[in-house]
Amino acid sequence: MKRVVITGQGAISSLGMSATATMEGMREGRLGISDLVIQDVERLSVKIGGQVHGYEGADYFSRQELVLYDKFTQFALLSAKEAMEQSGLEIDERLSLRSGVILGTAGGGLHTQDENYRNVYEAGKNRVHPFVVPRLMNNAAASHVSMTHRMQGPTYTVATACASSNHAMGQAFQMIRSGATDVMLTGGSESMLVFGGIKAWEGLRVMSKDACRPFSATRNGMVQGEGAAVFVFEEYEHAKRRGAEILAEVIGFAMTSDASDIVTPNKNGAARAIKGALLDAGLNGDEVGYINAHGTGTTANDKTECAAVREVFRAHADELMMSSTKSMHGHLIGGTGAVELLACVMALRDGVIAPTISYEQPDPACDLDIVPNIARDAKVNVTLSNAFAFGGLNAVLALRSI
Amino acid sequence: MAQSVQTRVIAILAEQALMNVSEVNLEATLEELGIDSLGLVEAVFAIEETFDVQVPFNANDPSDSKFDISNVQSMIKAVDGLVAAAGN
Repeated sequence: MKRVVITGQGAISSLGMSATATMEGMREGRLGISDLVIQDVERLSVKIGGQVHGYEGADYFSRQELVLYDKFTQFALLSAKEAMEQSGLEIDERLSLRSGVILGTAGGGLHTQDENYRNVYEAGKNRVHPFVVPRLMNNAAASHVSMTHRMQGPTYTVATACASSNHAMGQAFQMIRSGATDVMLTGGSESMLVFGGIKAWEGLRVMSKDACRPFSATRNGMVQGEGAAVFVFEEYEHAKRRGAEILAEVIGFAMTSDASDIVTPNKNGAARAIKGALLDAGLNGDEVGYINAHGTGTTANDKTECAAVREVFRAHADELMMSSTKSMHGHLIGGTGAVELLACVMALRDGVIAPTISYEQPDPACDLDIVPNIARDAKVNVTLSNAFAFGGLNAVLALRSI
Repeated sequence: MAQSVQTRVIAILAEQALMNVSEVNLEATLEELGIDSLGLVEAVFAIEETFDVQVPFNANDPSDSKFDISNVQSMIKAVDGLVAAAGN
């Protein structure tokens, strides 16, 4: 089997307009959650989110491009550009056929949907822009990234709610490991902060109106975010031959289905995914130094996740660190695992563990070292990244320093 | 005057519990009625739509919400209060 390494990363989040800026925000424990600035916000009961304020598509894309790019596509393209630049990859004829794009998103072009539903239902218009369909489709981002970087191999989109990005990156990893491709652009993108996108979540009554406080006894729900992260996954020998800077090695991946409930998390399904990733990577549990938690800040997720980690790691659960960066950038739904993988890379490369901010009070059901409020310097060699989606779909990635 | 708050709340809960309204006992808890967390969220939505009120309920901590869901009676009382406050 081939080895797979990360040679580039790009991101956009409420913490910053690049991967570097996002990691800087994580290091500083900065709060990227603020008052939402969107149309009809006064009709929402949830008025906060991890919004990328001041973002204007026209600052980055031409008019001709913007008619085809929903915001989730724009976020993906900007992240992919940053990742490709960092990797230094040149896509020649041969590599073009040996590379592809797998991205996660849950909502796809929700800005396009929201805007056009307004037009036809609210404003009573009988005509929509001709490109509504190619803008809103879930695979638009992956397709545009593939076109922009001339990657002609396997390209598709994964939509598994909050695990979309982890599933996407796991598939990209397997694609290279199996020898099917040499390079994959992978990660995820989401821009659900529109009236309909938030109203739908409000209905479920799992949203906080004031803050995302994962693992804290005072937690009262999740907070949505928006943004993207895209990574260059590359076959190890390929990267070495061209003298690329290697950020980390992807060493394992596992996915499971709870097959039990459409929204309630399940300890067994989560634990099986974590165990599966360790097995796939050939790791002993005690080698894991840091876990980027799913850590949504809901009562149910956080206690179930802690119980699953305790079950898998036993005594070592008290040695490892686990934090939720959603406390800073919010829950990016289909894009969340991608932005959160940055925290794993930062831990491995820079020896900085991102904190769980807004933490107020211990909860006996979440009694792990969740790195409260302030980032910590620590040397870790192996990290995991958890994602547990609605629908009971779990996906866990394992990374190692190199 | 339309049906009483009690009649309508019981009808909503009975629908979620897949029971006849006559089987819904005022002392019954949601658990006894077989209404799970998803069913509860749907019932809260139905109450909001029926009475045109906002129910202060967070699924993250139902017991801490201002909406008392201990049993059928407490929910009827809570809805009564919301309806009175809204002046509907």
